[in-house]
Amino acid sequence: MIMHIKDFSFTYKGASKPSLKNINLPILENKVTALIGPSGCGKSTLLRSMNRIHDLYPGNKYEGEILLKNLQNQKMENILEIKKENDFIALRQRVGMIFQKPTPFPMSIYDNIAYGLKLQGIKDKTELDKRVEDALKGSALFKEVKDRLNDDARGLSGGQQQRLCIARAVALKPEVLLFDEPTSALDPISTSAIEELIVELKEEVSIAIVTHNMQQASRISDYTAFMYLGDLIEYDKTETIFLNPKQQMTEDYITGKFG
Amino acid sequence: MESLFKRLSWISATTILLILTSIFVVLFLYAKPAIAEYGLKFLVDSRWGVEVSQPTKPQVSPSTKSSATKATPTTTPKDDNIAVNDEDIAVSDEDIAVNDEDIATDENVAVNDEDIAVSDEDIASQVPSSADEAITADDDIDIDETSKHTKVIYGGLVPIVGTILTTILAMFFAVPIAMGIAIFLSEIAPQSIAKPVGIAIELLAAIPSIIYGMWGLFYFGPLVASVFGGSSVSLLVASLVLAIMIIPFMASLTRDSMNTTPNVLKESAYAMGATKFEVIKDVVFPYAKKGIIGSMILALGRALGETMAVAFVIGGVFTFPKSLTDPTVSIPVVLANSFAESNGISLNVLFYLALILFIISFAVISFAKFYFLRDKK
Repeated sequence: MIMHIKDFSFTYKGASKPSLKNINLPILENKVTALIGPSGCGKSTLLRSMNRIHDLYPGNKYEGEILLKNLQNQKMENILEIKKENDFIALRQRVGMIFQKPTPFPMSIYDNIAYGLKLQGIKDKTELDKRVEDALKGSALFKEVKDRLNDDARGLSGGQQQRLCIARAVALKPEVLLFDEPTSALDPISTSAIEELIVELKEEVSIAIVTHNMQQASRISDYTAFMYLGDLIEYDKTETIFLNPKQQMTEDYITGKFG
Repeated sequence: MESLFKRLSWISATTILLILTSIFVVLFLYAKPAIAEYGLKFLVDSRWGVEVSQPTKPQVSPSTKSSATKATPTTTPKDDNIAVNDEDIAVSDEDIAVNDEDIATDENVAVNDEDIAVSDEDIASQVPSSADEAITADDDIDIDETSKHTKVIYGGLVPIVGTILTTILAMFFAVPIAMGIAIFLSEIAPQSIAKPVGIAIELLAAIPSIIYGMWGLFYFGPLVASVFGGSSVSLLVASLVLAIMIIPFMASLTRDSMNTTPNVLKESAYAMGATKFEVIKDVVFPYAKKGIIGSMILALGRALGETMAVAFVIGGVFTFPKSLTDPTVSIPVVLANSFAESNGISLNVLFYLALILFIISFAVISFAKFYFLRDKK
């Protein structure tokens, strides 16, 4: 278990009711955990709590604990206690995030990937080159872009851009990667490329993925959590959730009776 | 409907082009006598309204100062204050009109206006003491002499340099401050502060320039002078007032284009461990680059052509500024100050200056557009 969410509640600024109520969810090491549920159930809110990107907008309220394993001493540390900016930066480099839409930075392909590495303080050119190449190979993009590493990244296709964003996150060697509906803006071919990539990546990192697409969840995830209106209804192995869910509501959602 | 729409857009685009061309053509036509008279030397000649004795060829190099002054004690080439002189001329003109009506009728009306202007200056320098008869005699002689032996030289270098200096200095002061304001408003300030401040800045951008000029003359100029020394009308004051004028303009345009950066793009930079400063520097600025440069270009154009605010605080003196706190003059100010009293060749000269201003603005802006906004491969 690399992350453990315990009795976690989350209230947006100015909201009277919490958006997430008493969530208990483990994220297992080197496994893919999928979060499914209808729109507005709090999947993305939960995911965004896991690297505290919510804190960019002040006024939100956390309760409970989100524990992240410190790989040096194997201890679980509560990331909700982080206050200092330096610690936020360290956290976000340990817990990377990929968004719904591809977000290439307005710079070259090479610089997009080297950007995070430079932020980590790597200045040596040969090491940068090597890490960039590894990351590109790791995300199956190297063959397509090796001749135009210095072109603007915004000139790539949508699927390539998204793989670039994954490569960019992978280059930092994070412990956990959070995917927030990474394929919802992509065509089927790009989608399957990214799904393959996610399955390969779990050798190295632990993955949490929010998805609207239940087939996708069943294809790539090892564990699945079903959420509904801010509650975690059921969490189990993906086969169990899809084949014999314990809760009636989960079954209704999976069989398409609501959602 | 479709074709009507197309035709309308065609027409409006063509109209703008036509207007632009016609401005250029008119400026050129009016400036033509002056161009023929002074040629490109105008651009490098720093004398303005200076008489020189009998040039058989109109060739005068800026260095020959000995020939620049005439025997008669009229204009001193360096330190004469044109604005003041103009007033004097106007006064003496009236005097003549009132006192010596017979002279006005006696004289050939079609005498070269320029010469009259020159002789009027003579009067201005002598009028306080002498009697009317003496002046008329003097006057007649002068007219004869000047028409044969002297001509008035106009050179545009001082206003050209003044325009470029004020603009560059104003941009130098304005750009960092405007960027700071824009960053503060779009990235740092909480909504509750950013909104009212943003509105206040937009209001500042709407203040007419003459108000900035008056404020500059009566309050800001003396303030600057008390801090940096020099006079309360100077190159420095003019640039600062210009900068203050274009800051709100630039800041609100820059803020708007920075606000177009998608939140998710900023978030993904934060998610890679970037700090606020790094996000602004590496994501927001590059993303909004075109809009930011566009706002600078617009502000630059405004600074180049600004007339009223600068006219109040630049001093209107045809000398090169030796230091920041010296008064000088810029092209729009020359035009505004001298149009009323000009005719003949001096009017053509003003058009020549206007043409130069037009070309400078056009060149600067198209250079900026092509250089900064070209698509990099």
